Amino acid sequence: MQFPKDLKFTKNDEWIRVEGDQGTIGITDYAQDQLSDIVFVEMTVAPGEQAAKGAACATIESVKAAAEVFLPVGGTVTRLNEDLPKNPEQVNRDPFGAAWMVQIKIADPAELKDLLDAAAYEAYCKERAT
Amino acid sequence: MTEPLIYDLSAPGRLGVSLPETDVPLAPLPAGLTRDVLPLPEVSEIDVVRHFVRLSQLNYGIDTGFYPLGSCTMKYNPKINEDVARLSGFAHTHPLQDPTTVQGNLALMYSVQEWLKEIGGFDGVSLQPAAGAHGELTGILILRAYHRAQGDAKRTKILIPDSAHGTNPASTAMAGMQVVELPSDSRGNIDLESLRAACDATVAGLMLTNPNTLGLFEEHLLEVARLVHECGGLVYGDGANMNALLGIVRPGDLGFDVFHFNLHKTFSTPHGGGGPGSGPVGVVSHLVEFLPGPIVEIVEAGEDDEAPLYGLVMPARSIGRVKAFHGHFGMHVRAFTYMRMQGKSGLRAIADHAVLNANYLRARLRGTYHVPFDRICMHEFVAEGKWDEAPGVRALDVSKRLMDYGFHPPTNYFPLIVHEALMIEPTETESRETLDMFVKAMEAIAREARSDPDVLHTAPHNTPFGRLDEVRAAKELVLCCRPAWLEGAKAE
Amino acid sequence: MAYIPHTDDDRRDMLAAIGVGSLDDLYQAVPAKYRFPDLDLPEAISELEAASELQALSEANLDVRHNACFLGAGAYHHFTPSVVDHILRRNEFYTAYTPYQPELSQGTLQAIFEYQSLICNLTGMEVSNASHYDGATALAEAVILALNQHRGKRHKIVLSPAVHPHYRQTVRTYMQGMDLKIVGDDDCCRGPEELLPFIDADTAMVAVQYPDFFGHIVDFHRLGEVAHAAGALLCIVVNPLALGLLRPPSDFDADVVVGEGQPLGIPLSYGGPYLGLFTTKQELVRKMAGRLVGETVDSRGQRGYVLTLTPREQHIRREKATSNICTNVALMALASAVYLSVMGRQGLRQVAELCYHKAHYAAAEIGRVPGFRLWNEAEFFNEFVMACPQPVAEINEHLLEHEIIGGYDLGAEYPQLAGHMLIAVTEMNSRDEIDDFVAALEEAAHD
Repeated sequence: MQFPKDLKFTKNDEWIRVEGDQGTIGITDYAQDQLSDIVFVEMTVAPGEQAAKGAACATIESVKAAAEVFLPVGGTVTRLNEDLPKNPEQVNRDPFGAAWMVQIKIADPAELKDLLDAAAYEAYCKERAT
Repeated sequence: MTEPLIYDLSAPGRLGVSLPETDVPLAPLPAGLTRDVLPLPEVSEIDVVRHFVRLSQLNYGIDTGFYPLGSCTMKYNPKINEDVARLSGFAHTHPLQDPTTVQGNLALMYSVQEWLKEIGGFDGVSLQPAAGAHGELTGILILRAYHRAQGDAKRTKILIPDSAHGTNPASTAMAGMQVVELPSDSRGNIDLESLRAACDATVAGLMLTNPNTLGLFEEHLLEVARLVHECGGLVYGDGANMNALLGIVRPGDLGFDVFHFNLHKTFSTPHGGGGPGSGPVGVVSHLVEFLPGPIVEIVEAGEDDEAPLYGLVMPARSIGRVKAFHGHFGMHVRAFTYMRMQGKSGLRAIADHAVLNANYLRARLRGTYHVPFDRICMHEFVAEGKWDEAPGVRALDVSKRLMDYGFHPPTNYFPLIVHEALMIEPTETESRETLDMFVKAMEAIAREARSDPDVLHTAPHNTPFGRLDEVRAAKELVLCCRPAWLEGAKAE
Repeated sequence: MAYIPHTDDDRRDMLAAIGVGSLDDLYQAVPAKYRFPDLDLPEAISELEAASELQALSEANLDVRHNACFLGAGAYHHFTPSVVDHILRRNEFYTAYTPYQPELSQGTLQAIFEYQSLICNLTGMEVSNASHYDGATALAEAVILALNQHRGKRHKIVLSPAVHPHYRQTVRTYMQGMDLKIVGDDDCCRGPEELLPFIDADTAMVAVQYPDFFGHIVDFHRLGEVAHAAGALLCIVVNPLALGLLRPPSDFDADVVVGEGQPLGIPLSYGGPYLGLFTTKQELVRKMAGRLVGETVDSRGQRGYVLTLTPREQHIRREKATSNICTNVALMALASAVYLSVMGRQGLRQVAELCYHKAHYAAAEIGRVPGFRLWNEAEFFNEFVMACPQPVAEINEHLLEHEIIGGYDLGAEYPQLAGHMLIAVTEMNSRDEIDDFVAALEEAAHD
């Protein structure tokens, strides 16, 4: 189970990679493992759209579950991963790389403070498994 | 072992039926509105019959063997019900016929209404909802309408235990209300403290299944109902598990204000591979005027020995129709026949033997399968399909292996609050011998889980089909087939 | 005790295994005050007695086998080939549960896959679900689909008054908890042209019926264009039997096609169970209510079928599900699949033409009776509206004396149409029957 140290995490199993004022968002290795084989990914925001922290930005479906992906912090949507809906299995194979979902221009960097670092998120995952 | 699709059995020019010639002058067909291509198969009658008979042979039904699906109440479907529903006087009546021409139907529906009132302890019943979930939506809409009629538009929340069937929160959302989930306590009841904290002036009601989806009678039911009523809310009862309560206790007496019955569970109407069912709704007196309609009422009392005149009446402040016409009358006929034959003592015997059978299985299996809430259960109980000594073996594997022993598996993965849940409901129509054979199979599987887990992982082996690839079905969506010649025809 | 196999010995041994003394001991958890109520219900009777009682009840009705029927309005007396019921009586079909364990349910699953395919091919639509309760609830769920498709940003539905009144009422019942405007159906005479002004950027869906409640066949090309230009979905409610003759609704670029499948081999049965058809374009498949059967393979490489896209449904998605529907009407879907298979391409066309020609003959003959006048000149399928010289209820009373069940009194649901009768004619009405009907109307007109 991977918990990359350069990322920040939410309790809803999203990750965000922060580079300057750009945030790249996806779901974690733990999340894809829980969902099992992903068969469908749909982005529910569009480039140019302003969305708040906690707003839904994508829907994911596996054979046995469906889940919503929420923005860890608010901002303006800049890019969507156009390849991902065509290859949903990437979420299982490369959740932190090729399976990035949404890129935003972060509105308020202060919101990042509420997120978990890799160690805290890993502990949270262990707690849930019991 | 695969059966061709009906389109594969088709050949141009084959006719499956004979129809009379047109005996009237031909009228011109509507210009520009007729179709050129009709992509239906052309199959002879014998091929249609063989096709569907062979398909039926790939199915397992209650009439094949034991079917212990928890919360589904797979009891024997009496054959007399099927004959009666097909009587010409029932099967060939039109729903919009003048009521004076269908007094037999209306009398039958009236009796079903009255008997459900008596069995449930309610003051009004509508037979219109087509299934349990439909009854739930109806019930939530009734709660909503009631509160609004009191001028109380702030009550937007419905409290639902985490053990509830998925239709409960789904129905609530469809009614435009908000779901508030309540945890269960260590004994499988609603957590009273959480309930107490959640009850306030924004609560429209609580949705409760009793016995709950663990097969347990809610231990603080009267207190639960009291708390909800005290804050001004109402209590909705999901009657999926009514089989345990017939003649034992009446939900209306326990504090339920609205309640749905499942005729296709408790009252023996067949499941049909996924319906049709029927989900009548019962209510207490202050909610009668909100029932969906029309319902059957006596519009003129009969003099002396004469039968009364029945009619269809819309309740005064009805939430409205929840479907076209009057409900699944064909299921009302079957349920009527069942209740009429069982009578008062028969209904009580049903509950007694349903509860007896479930507890017997629990007693016989508890040594082999962990039963998390191991006390006297009602008509069903939940066991875990996993063992520490057999890592990697899950409820799914146990279920698939049961098929090799000739049984339909119990309900899997529900309720969500038990890991690797196997919900077992034998029903009252199973003999002790059948139950003993089921126990033997379950014990054999428990041994195999330790000695030869692979045979479970790759089960079923003895069925016409092995495990089906659900991932592929979701990824490569093929939901429909088209005849090969259609593409060519479309291109013209 | 019918259907309970236990002997006294069984009970004794089983109670001992459980560790309680008597059956009553199993109910300690039930509040004592309310335990074991004395139900006021009749006592048990035998199967022989029950059969006799039910026979008598059924004979207290008039039925369409013994009386000529000209009543339609959403439920029709059609010919059902004998094959259909024989298949429905196969125990493995009707005593099976929902096919959650596909290895034991390939019969149901493949039959439903074939049903989905037949309905898609009949309507021209790309995806069909495994059934909804009836045409009315299918339309209500189509409205929910449209609202979800627009993510709750549009709050208006344009509804034709020529959609079945029960369906429109059902839509209003379902939507009473939502902030939604339903417009367009307050004037019975409003045709599709007159609905155009109601369509705007707040419209989620436009819904019409084909043939409509009055029997009319209308071209919806223009309506579809205007709806789509405004970003709204077009939903068409159909009579599937009419589609044996008429252009499929996909020709009008419908996004959702729903309807009532009762005409496809399902008995009248005083209103139910019937069959809700629900189809959409491919792009809407994930928003669809109800079950979907998909093709796949098994572990041995055989083609097989499973329920698919199940995460949309209530048992997984719970309050975020596309619908709360669980039990639908699978056995009725099977009935229609058998009906369409045995009728086939030629049979369905033949039946539709029989209905069409007989209805037009009846309309022409009744139109010759003084006092009766066809309501308008629109094209119709197998139903038409007649203005009558007397109140419809009185005419129908007279018809009953001739063992004829007359048409529907439109005044009940459309006050503007008091004194108008909706008359349906099907392949079950012989020419003689129609002639007798006309003669009886003539008599009624003179009273």
